[in-house]
Amino acid sequence: MPTLQDIRRRLRSVRTTRQMTRAMKVVAASRLRRAQERIFNARPYAREMMALLQNVAARAPEESHPLLARRPIQRALLVVVTADRGLCGAFNANLIRAAEAHLSQAGAAEVSLLAVGRKGRDAFRRRGLALAGEWINLFRKLEFADAKDIARELMELYTRRSVDAVDVLYNEFKSILTQRVQTERFLPIAPLARQEGEPLGDYIYEQPPRQILQSLLPRYVEIEIYRVLLESQAAEHAARMTAMDSATNNAEELIDTLTLTMNRLRQAAITKEIIEVVSGADALR
Amino acid sequence: MAESLPKELELVVVTPDRQVVRDKVTSVSIPGSSGYLGILPGHAPLLTELAPGPLSYAEGPKVEYLAVTWGFAEVMPDRVIVLANTAERAAEIDVSRAERAKQRAEERLQNLFDPQVDQERAREALRRAIARIETARHGQTRR
Repeated sequence: MPTLQDIRRRLRSVRTTRQMTRAMKVVAASRLRRAQERIFNARPYAREMMALLQNVAARAPEESHPLLARRPIQRALLVVVTADRGLCGAFNANLIRAAEAHLSQAGAAEVSLLAVGRKGRDAFRRRGLALAGEWINLFRKLEFADAKDIARELMELYTRRSVDAVDVLYNEFKSILTQRVQTERFLPIAPLARQEGEPLGDYIYEQPPRQILQSLLPRYVEIEIYRVLLESQAAEHAARMTAMDSATNNAEELIDTLTLTMNRLRQAAITKEIIEVVSGADALR
Repeated sequence: MAESLPKELELVVVTPDRQVVRDKVTSVSIPGSSGYLGILPGHAPLLTELAPGPLSYAEGPKVEYLAVTWGFAEVMPDRVIVLANTAERAAEIDVSRAERAKQRAEERLQNLFDPQVDQERAREALRRAIARIETARHGQTRR
């Protein structure tokens, strides 16, 4: 049976926790708003880039650029985009589980891992898995230049033939309440699907198409990585916000039950004291 | 006349971070990597790489200037889409910062035989700085 003192102590600690989770929820909410805005701002560029690439790639044969070249997959690279920090529900755990599933399904191909985000790196290290590379602490101050650096490394691995395919595993920001683990093949750049009958833009090329492709494709990989990082960032904040919201609710519930028990206990103590006084007085009569 | 030409162009300038311009304009001048291109409504479809430089566009008598650094431009008869790495309006440019960048790049280029200096990067930095300074100047004379 806990004493009144114990319950009071417990209550105090739960209240502090509630305060903390509530603050984290508010912070996550405001960061989420900013992250959503950035996705929104990055979208027009990504959309126009995609359209442009479709047009140019449609008239360029597959072998015209190393990033389009497909080879039998002997070695693949899996890029896992986790968060740098925890306390965001199942956000990181889901990704790591998906990464392990991916590894066990790889079949004949040898899969190496590249971790973006501290949580993923730490988890893979704990499991003793070798990492082909790591990028941590990006999300505090995410910039396009970061995406560029990652993209450059991936493209170099691919063109050097160190790997024959690059897949990216990340949390897609579906809505504030849902994130979905998503795998996308980044390299080789897939022949882009075009709608039948859609007229192929017939351009005057100021520079030869091959040369334009040469600078367009790396740019495309960069913007795609940037998009993934932004999605993951928004998803992380959303996950943290919901996790902290339910933590706050749980703390509140706990406070209610604790307060009730405490009051009952106090009431019992008072009643007991009254009875003692009354029966003491009775005995003297 | 068999086919009437569009009277206006829709100009879209986007960078990875934001959409800078989406506007109806009457003419655009683009700093292509093989030379400047003046675009009027009804231009034949064209695709070009961009070089760092001032991009200007006119909405009637009003002319606006942007500094762009690298990217691509897609021209359609009624539309111009510019995918730029960076794009800044003349008024947004920090001229003293660009001047400093220019000076730094020039100093680097002086050391021709220093293996520490990446000549290519220094040259690009110089071109970007010049593009910004030029754009800012154009923007001022207009006022």
